[in-house]
Amino acid sequence: MAHVSLFVTCLADQLFPEVGLSTLRLLEKLGCTVDFPEAQLCCGQPAFNSGHVPEARRVARGLLGAFADSEYVVTPSGSCASMLRHYYAELFASEPELAEAARALAAKTYELSQFIVGVLGARDVGATFPHRVTYHASCHGSRLLGVKEEPLELLRHVRGLELVPLPRCEDCCGFGGVFSIKLAALSSAMVDEKIEHVLETGANVLVGTDMGCLMNIRGRLERRGQPVRVLHLAELLAGEEEA
Amino acid sequence: MLVETTDELQARAEFALGDAFLRKAVRFTVERLRTGKAESTAALGRWQEWRERGRAVRTHVIEHLDYYLEQFSDRLLEGGHHLHFAADAAEAAAIVTRIARERRAKLVVKSKSMVSEELHLNQHLADAGIEALETDLGEWIVQLAHEMPSHLIIPAIHKNRHQVQALFEAEGNVPLSPETQTLAAHARRRLRQRFAEADIGITGCNFAIADTGSVVLFTNEGNGRMVTTLPKTHIVVMGMERILPSLADLELMANLLPRSATGQKITTYVNLLSGARREGEADGARELHVVILDNGRSAQLGHPDYQEILNCIRCGACLNVCPVYRQVGGHAYASVYSGPIGAVLTPLLSRDPRARELANASTLCGACTEACPVKIPLHDMLVHLRRDNAQRLPNTSLEKQGFALWSLIFSRPFLYRLALRLARFAERFLLRTGSRSRRRLPMLPAVEAWARHRSLPLPARKSFRERFRELSRAKRP
Repeated sequence: MAHVSLFVTCLADQLFPEVGLSTLRLLEKLGCTVDFPEAQLCCGQPAFNSGHVPEARRVARGLLGAFADSEYVVTPSGSCASMLRHYYAELFASEPELAEAARALAAKTYELSQFIVGVLGARDVGATFPHRVTYHASCHGSRLLGVKEEPLELLRHVRGLELVPLPRCEDCCGFGGVFSIKLAALSSAMVDEKIEHVLETGANVLVGTDMGCLMNIRGRLERRGQPVRVLHLAELLAGEEEA
Repeated sequence: MLVETTDELQARAEFALGDAFLRKAVRFTVERLRTGKAESTAALGRWQEWRERGRAVRTHVIEHLDYYLEQFSDRLLEGGHHLHFAADAAEAAAIVTRIARERRAKLVVKSKSMVSEELHLNQHLADAGIEALETDLGEWIVQLAHEMPSHLIIPAIHKNRHQVQALFEAEGNVPLSPETQTLAAHARRRLRQRFAEADIGITGCNFAIADTGSVVLFTNEGNGRMVTTLPKTHIVVMGMERILPSLADLELMANLLPRSATGQKITTYVNLLSGARREGEADGARELHVVILDNGRSAQLGHPDYQEILNCIRCGACLNVCPVYRQVGGHAYASVYSGPIGAVLTPLLSRDPRARELANASTLCGACTEACPVKIPLHDMLVHLRRDNAQRLPNTSLEKQGFALWSLIFSRPFLYRLALRLARFAERFLLRTGSRSRRRLPMLPAVEAWARHRSLPLPARKSFRERFRELSRAKRP
């Protein structure tokens, strides 16, 4: 039985606690014991991707401490996981006393679906979800982390679920963190194209693995008055929804 | 949080977003190009291995660029050809203009060359009273429109055929129909007359082969052959990084470049020019000049973050998959090179500080890196350019202060919890007081920018950490 430390991400902590709770339930259902080190706050990505490296490092340092003793760190975000895996070594390269801790944290950090399929070896998590569903592949999870098949593999094993392929599913939704604010109109044009593809599928539910992207798509869908439900993969897999 | 606005980029992006013709034309063509690339690379097979070989060869060349440049130069000089080194764009433009003046040239015909755009060569020649005529169909279209190319490979990607028809009708003073074949035939007729009149032909260079001194051109329209064979003088303008060690490496690049660019197995024409016309040969230019341009390139050599940008083979694959480029096209970048390669290359090559904001023209989605046939980590470079930009910001900048405050809050759990409580207070008592509809309130600019296009997510009544604490307490006996 794996012992997991949950890295809930700052976004889910403040805005989408239900995603954290679903992740917790799902991991426990799969036989893991889960702890939540309270010292965790944010991975530092918003500052890092905007070029503010010292500020990013200051925030990231908290994560090194929070998860120092963890066996596995699992997070419901491909983007935050990729920040740790892809950039932490570089971020702490100038601080030799922390560089080893950064490398160690990067090596034991997993995105949720990556952990379930890759480490736990589970495909069928016992979920039922009788709806027409389409899946958006978030860029950081799929490209930087290389998690492409795992979410689809889990969705294929959900009872009652009809999985409809999303055209150009790998195209960016236009979120890009601070990009969505700096170039808001451009970002909005990008999410509009994503939404056109979602509507083409005729799906009632859009599922993904990153609340940043999903917050963007959901926010635009709501603004446009489109009745497509947007769910995190954890919510879908942890639920017991009937038709 | 407060963020520095990127005013000029934002204005250009919004201008392009308002152009429905442009957006439709760009989307249509990049879709065709990236689909073509996916199909042709799948047909070739083992694409990741091809990319890795491409990366290895290009990295090797750039690491030994001094050696290969010298070898290439020696071969050219041994053949009795003319070689010129230009430190920057102005010097290169002056060299070409001088050559043209010395030959009393009136007309220069050009085949497509992005480096010549870097020099603003046509303007320099015009100032010297010399006409420069673009003979690549797309380049001719943008020349007639007094615009710059908006794509590395497809210069007029932003124009539809009706717009092309109007440009051709105005130039030729003839009525035309908007069929592609009619328009292409018209261009062919008009341009064909001019090749024979031209005094000088100017081309770029896709690859320069060090051990043979050859210049390689990949083209599709045949104009490249006319430009290099009919005029008496042929001038090649090339970036100093275009080198390949030997013809054996060309086979690799011939597999990578056309597939990545247009999805073709090979371009219609592959020209290998090893010098000017020799005794007894029937055609070709009488003299060959090669202008090798630095223009900021050598400054990247040895740079830990940016040297690999010199590996670029200018295929345009990163533009075709870029979610930003597909919405706004190339002119929004206001630079010779657009798309992800332009967003990286322009700030590195340019001395204009306004070019730096191009690093923000990306969501860091990584599609460019994934598409690059020589595996340049473009999205990492964009992050590094943003780091350089942030270091240049004064301490008084709102963005810097915003992130300083953010990092203070997000590095102290106590402050984080306090900030969360404040945000919830603000939501409950300012946004939801009294009436059911939310009152318009002054918002932080960042929040306002988000809310202009999307509904605003509100802080949860209880954070995850509060819920987790409650759950743990409940579990305790």
